[in-house]
Amino acid sequence: MVEYRIDRRSGIATYLQIVQQTKQALRLGLLQPGDRLPTAKEVVAATAINPNTVLKAYRELEREGLVEPRPGLGTFVRRSLARPGAAADSPLRAELADWTDRARAAGLDREDVTALVASVLEERFGESATPSERGHEENG
Amino acid sequence: MTDEIDASGALEASGLGRKYGRGWALRDVAFRLPAGRICALVGPNGSGKSTLLSLAAGLLTPTTGTLRVFGRPSADPGTRERVAFVAQDKPLYPRFSVADTLRLGRELNPRWDQKTAERVVAEAEVPLSARVGSLSGGQRTCVALALALGKRADLLLLDEPMADQDPLCRHRMMGALMAEAAEHGTGVVISTHVLAELDGVCDYLLLMGGGRIRLAGGTDALQAAHRLVTGPSAPGGGTPDALARHTVVETRTTGRQLTALIRPEGTPAGDGWIITEPSLEDVLLGYLRAPDAPPMFTAEARATVTEVGT
Repeated sequence: MVEYRIDRRSGIATYLQIVQQTKQALRLGLLQPGDRLPTAKEVVAATAINPNTVLKAYRELEREGLVEPRPGLGTFVRRSLARPGAAADSPLRAELADWTDRARAAGLDREDVTALVASVLEERFGESATPSERGHEENG
Repeated sequence: MTDEIDASGALEASGLGRKYGRGWALRDVAFRLPAGRICALVGPNGSGKSTLLSLAAGLLTPTTGTLRVFGRPSADPGTRERVAFVAQDKPLYPRFSVADTLRLGRELNPRWDQKTAERVVAEAEVPLSARVGSLSGGQRTCVALALALGKRADLLLLDEPMADQDPLCRHRMMGALMAEAAEHGTGVVISTHVLAELDGVCDYLLLMGGGRIRLAGGTDALQAAHRLVTGPSAPGGGTPDALARHTVVETRTTGRQLTALIRPEGTPAGDGWIITEPSLEDVLLGYLRAPDAPPMFTAEARATVTEVGT
């Protein structure tokens, strides 16, 4: 089960925040195929947002083939976005943690590190470094 | 049959007016609120919000025109059990305990939902044995809301419900309201001065001013119908030619720069103009600053029933 955090000042549409956080949970393996997403009622009781926003987010996830509604039961995860290399216990993550410690020891603060990482990502991934949801458009 | 009635919407006003003494609190109001929407009712003090809510609750009768609630006149006894109203001053019996107050709700309402009512009170940490008169303003609001939710109505009318609540209470209360809406498709109308309170909550907006409706419709549609444009101001003041074919809601000039909120007719093109989609707050502020701007109703907000010779 995931818990959504809604940031009303982020400038990102609320339904997109739910979509992004669900994908994040799928990538990190916090959500796995067969898991049930919280019901719209559970989400809105905790976040005090409009129920239609949750339904819109779930429809979007369904359109992308990530979840499926089962009538009377809820919305379930169909496939994972987790990759072995990105798991919480992967060597890649451990290396990144080491690197981050070294950057910190060298006197870099959080913003310096974020800027550095963003610039390397930009260099190595180019345009594809930005997740597809960035320029997302509703195509009905 | 029921579906047919509900298709007419939760609220539908036509030629609606209400007079107090010599002054009109509402004048020539016509709009539609579809069922199951979360509607923000916004406007300055004295713009007619409370009068409209009291009319919808059947506590006042119209001086002119009609207000239909789920297809029936608002004063019709049959609409009573489908509508719950929390007035601004939250009238409750001060000598009753909280438990007695909920019992009153149970005895008076055929569709009463004791579990929901008790949950709302428990979440606010209001003891059932406490006397209503000994509660704080915020706690009384929670009890009033528990009564309204326990009534299991199809439409909740809340007149500035959050004014006296701390942020945590407010969040819990909105959460409880939204959960009710998610589970039962309940429609909600909340009047407020502060639209930011309802950011992410409302999907429908009614803006009132001077006893009339100035904006009505789904928030997405209202936002999409407006643009903020910034460009060179006209040499002699006034509206620049580039904006002439659009409906201009409001303009502000700073030096040589002009910012306008417009309803574009066709493409709001033009060299040297920066065009952005306004936030809902931008739209609202634009209309509040320009009391004479032409009103706007989206297609779903237009009243479909035309009363003849009321």
